[in-house]
Amino acid sequence: MSTQEKVIEQLESVVIRFAGDSGDGMQLTGQQFTQESVLAGNDIGTLPDFPAEIRAPTGTLAGVSGFQLQFASHDIYTPGDAPDVLVAMNPAALKINLGDVRPNGIIIANTDAYTDKNCQKAGFGGNPLTDGTLSSYRLYTVDMNKMTQAALADTGLGPRDIDRTKNMFALGLVSWMFQRPIGVTIKQLEKKFAAKPEILDANIRVLKAGYHYGETAEIFTSAYEVKPAAIEPGTYRSITGNAATAYGFIAASELSGLRLFLGSYPITPASDVLHELSKHKNFDVMTFQAEDEIAAVGAAIGAAFGGNLAITTSSGPGVALKMEAISLAIMTELPLVIADIQRGGPSTGLPTKTEQADLLQVIYGRHGESPVPVIAAQTPADCFWAALEACRIAVKYMTPVFLLTDGYLANGAEPWKIPDVESLEAFDVKFRKEVDGFLPYLRDEDTLARPWVKPGTPGLEHRIGGLEKEDGSGNVSYSPTNHEHMVRTRAAKVKGIQRDIAPIEVYGDPEGDLVVVGWGSTYGAIRTAVDAARNEGKKVSHVHIRWMNPLPADLGDVLRRFKKVLVPEMNLGQLRMLLRAEYLIPAEGLNKVTGRPFTKSEILRGIENHL
Amino acid sequence: MAEAAVKLTKKDFETPLDVRWCPGCGDYAILANLQRLLPDLGIPRENFVFVSGIGCSSRFPYYMNTYGFHTIHGRAPSIATGLKTSRPELDVWVITGDGDALSIGGNHLIHALRRNVDFNILLFNNRIYGLTKGQYSPTSEIGKKTKSSPMGSVDAPFNPIMLALGSGGSFVARSIDIEAKHLQAMMRASHGHRGTSFIEVYQNCPIFNDGAFDMLTDRKVKSENVVALEHGKPLVFGKEADKGIRLVDGKLEVVQLGEGVTEGDLLVHDETNRTQAFLLAQLELPVPVGVFFREERPTLDDMMNKQLETASSKKGRGELKALLHSGETWEVR
Repeated sequence: MSTQEKVIEQLESVVIRFAGDSGDGMQLTGQQFTQESVLAGNDIGTLPDFPAEIRAPTGTLAGVSGFQLQFASHDIYTPGDAPDVLVAMNPAALKINLGDVRPNGIIIANTDAYTDKNCQKAGFGGNPLTDGTLSSYRLYTVDMNKMTQAALADTGLGPRDIDRTKNMFALGLVSWMFQRPIGVTIKQLEKKFAAKPEILDANIRVLKAGYHYGETAEIFTSAYEVKPAAIEPGTYRSITGNAATAYGFIAASELSGLRLFLGSYPITPASDVLHELSKHKNFDVMTFQAEDEIAAVGAAIGAAFGGNLAITTSSGPGVALKMEAISLAIMTELPLVIADIQRGGPSTGLPTKTEQADLLQVIYGRHGESPVPVIAAQTPADCFWAALEACRIAVKYMTPVFLLTDGYLANGAEPWKIPDVESLEAFDVKFRKEVDGFLPYLRDEDTLARPWVKPGTPGLEHRIGGLEKEDGSGNVSYSPTNHEHMVRTRAAKVKGIQRDIAPIEVYGDPEGDLVVVGWGSTYGAIRTAVDAARNEGKKVSHVHIRWMNPLPADLGDVLRRFKKVLVPEMNLGQLRMLLRAEYLIPAEGLNKVTGRPFTKSEILRGIENHL
Repeated sequence: MAEAAVKLTKKDFETPLDVRWCPGCGDYAILANLQRLLPDLGIPRENFVFVSGIGCSSRFPYYMNTYGFHTIHGRAPSIATGLKTSRPELDVWVITGDGDALSIGGNHLIHALRRNVDFNILLFNNRIYGLTKGQYSPTSEIGKKTKSSPMGSVDAPFNPIMLALGSGGSFVARSIDIEAKHLQAMMRASHGHRGTSFIEVYQNCPIFNDGAFDMLTDRKVKSENVVALEHGKPLVFGKEADKGIRLVDGKLEVVQLGEGVTEGDLLVHDETNRTQAFLLAQLELPVPVGVFFREERPTLDDMMNKQLETASSKKGRGELKALLHSGETWEVR
C-alpha cells in the first residue's frame, strides 16, 4: 500500500511514444493504449513507425519500432510533435527517439535491458540511465523484466513466453499513469489468446502487475488525467486509413449495387486493404491476388468490362507498373479505381515510411494525353469518404480514378463518427440494354460518359480496345481529325468533373497575408499550425485540396485573394509546381522528405518565415 | 448451357469490318474455322467474349461479331481472368500469338494455366513477329536470320506445349491453321473442357516467315512428318500407316512397322498421362498434333465464386451498418 496520497494532475493533451525492439510488441501496446484512450473519451491521433525488416537483429538501432499517439480533451488533428512521454524498452529505442522528446519530458526505461552490451550496441558510451545523459528529463527506471518474471514465477511458463509479455507491464504502468481503463485491453487479450488460456492468463497478470506497480510504487508521485474531449455526439469507433479505404469501397459497392472486384498484388503499405477486403466475402466482395501488379490491374479492367465495381490497390512502385493498363482503361473508358498508398521513393525507397511524391506520377505519369481524375484523402477516417467518392466519379464518368493516401494515413488511426448508413446517397448506375440507337461511344451530353454495357446483353455485341476509337461508333480509326477530337473529348470529360467538386472552403478569413495550401495527409499538421498562428493574431488561412485533378474551378480566384501562398508537402514541390503552372501565382514551398509527417511546429515555423 | 432455342450461322459471327490481315495469312483460316464452329455450340452469341493482347493475331476480336476486348501486349490472360471470375456465365476466349503469350506475356500465361481459369487460349504460333515487321520471336529457331538478328538468332526457343504442361495446364493441344477439320475438332474439344484449355496453332506468316510449316502441311510429305494423337490409339503415322512410335527405356523412338515390329509394340496415347505428354511434346519428327494432355480439376472461377457463397451462407449476407459498427464503438452524448 502506498504511504503517500497520489496526486492526480489535469492535462489537456499528452503525446506519448512507445519504443522498443520490433519483437517487443510496441505496435500492439500502442494500439491498445489508443483503444483505452478513445474509451476514455479523448480525441486521438496516432503514428505507428516501424522498420521495413520484419525482425532486424535485437537491440540494434535498425530494429527499433515505435508507436506515437496524442490524446486530448479537445479536438486534435495530429499525433503531436514532441513526445511528453517516451517509453524506451531498450537503449536502441532511447537512442533513436531521445532527440524528439520535449525538454523535461518523462522517460520510462526498462532498466533490465540497459546492459553494457545493449548500451554499446545502441552507440552509447556508457549507461545513459546513470551517466547523466538524461539529466534534463524526468527519468523513471523500472525493472520490467524482473517484475514480469516475478509476476509469472509460479506459472511454469518458459522464459521466452514470459519475456514476450513485458510489453503488457509497460502498458499497465502507463495506463495507470494516465488513468486509462484497462478493461478493453483485457477483452482484446481474451479474443486474441482464446485458444491459449495460459498465455492469456500471463498477459492479464502482467498487465495488472504494471497497473498496480504504478499505483503502489513510491517513484511515481502523480498520475495524470486528460478529460474527455467535447466532440460531436454520435457513435464512434477508431479507424485506420487502410481499413477506412476498404470500408469506403464496400460502401460504394453496396450503394451502387455493383459487385466489388479487387485485383491486387501485395505491397507495403497497401496490403492491409487487400487483407481487409478479403475478409468480407459475404458482401459479395471478390478479391484476386494476382501474379504481379500488371495482372492485378488487368484483372480489375476485365472485371470492369464485365460490369463490376473494379478496384486495384498498390503503392508507388506498383502503380508505375500499372500505368500502361490504366491508359487502356482511359482509352476504353471503363470505370476503375486505383488506390495509391504512397510511400518513400524512388525505387524500393522507404517502404514503411510516408511520402507524397506520387502526385505527379498519378496525374502525368502515362504515355500520350491520358487524363485521370485524382482524389486525395486527408485523414485516416477521410479515406472512407475519398474511396466512396472515387468510385462514384468512376462510374458516373466512365473513367479510371486515382485515390491517393499514404503510409501515414494508412497505418494511423483516429476516432470516427460512424455515418448513418441510411443517409449515404445511392449511386445511379445504368447499364445500357436498349438496342435501338446503340453505339459503344455515344456520349451522355452532360458527363460525356459512354454507355456501360455488360457482355451477355443481347444485341449490343461490340468490341473495344486500345486502338484509337471513332467517336460514336467506337470503330478503330486512324483519322487525324478524329484523334484530335477524341484527345480533346477525353480531356473535357475529366475537366467536367469540376461540376461535382464542392467550392473551396477557406479555413480562416477569405483573404489575408498568407494562405497555406495543402493536400492529403498534411491536413492535421497544417490545420493545427494555422490555428496556432491565428491565435497569435496572424492573418493566415488554410485551404486543403481534395480533388487534385481536375483542380476545383474556384481555386485560382481563392488563392489570388492572399498576398502569399505557402505549400507544405512531403515532396520537393509537386503541388506547388501545379499551382504555379495553372494559375501563374508565385506559390512557395515548404518541403520535407524524411519519411515522417510534418509536425505542427515545422509548419508554424514555415508560416512565420513567410510572413 | 443454353437450350436449343439458339440457331445461329457463321454469318452471325462475321463483322462488317474489312479484315486487315495480309493476303494468304494463316489467321484467315483460323477465324473462319472458329466462325463455323461457334453457331454449333448452342450458346447465345451475346455470351461469347474474345479477349486478345497485341500483335497480328490479337486483331481477331474486331472480326468476331461478339463481345470483344483488344487489350495490351501480353496481358489478355489477366483481363480474361478478371472477366471470367466475376462473370462465370460468359464464354471467354483468349486469342494470342507467340510474342504476345510467350515473350511479354509469359508470366500471365503460366499463371492462368496453373490457376485453371475456365477459358480457351488459342496461341497462333508463326515463330516470328509480324506486326512489328519481322523480328525473331521466342519460338524462332536458333540461327534464324531476321531484321533484328542479321547473323542469326542466338535465343533458344520455347516449346509452348512443354511450357503449358509444366505450368499445370489442364488441356494442352496442338493443331495447324489450314487443317480445317482437325482445328475445328481441337477447338470443340477445348471448348468442352472446363478449365484453361490451351491450343497451340501452327500458323503461316506469308510475309515474314513463309513456309515455316510446309513440312507439316504439304500434301506430298505431311503424313510422313505429322503424327496425330488420339486417346487410346497406338501412335501410327506415314502415308501407308507403316511407321509408329514406341517407348523404350523411357525414351520415344520412331520405328518401321513390319520387320518384327507390330502395332502392339507401339505406344498407346494416353491423354491423362502428363509425363507421357512431356515425352511427346519433345518429339521433333514426326510432329505430334492433337490433345497431348487433359485432366479435370477445379477451376479458379468456380472456387472463387463458391467461397463467396460459403461466406454468405455461413456469416449471412453482409450488412454495411454492422460492418461500420464492428469492433469497439463508444457513444458520445
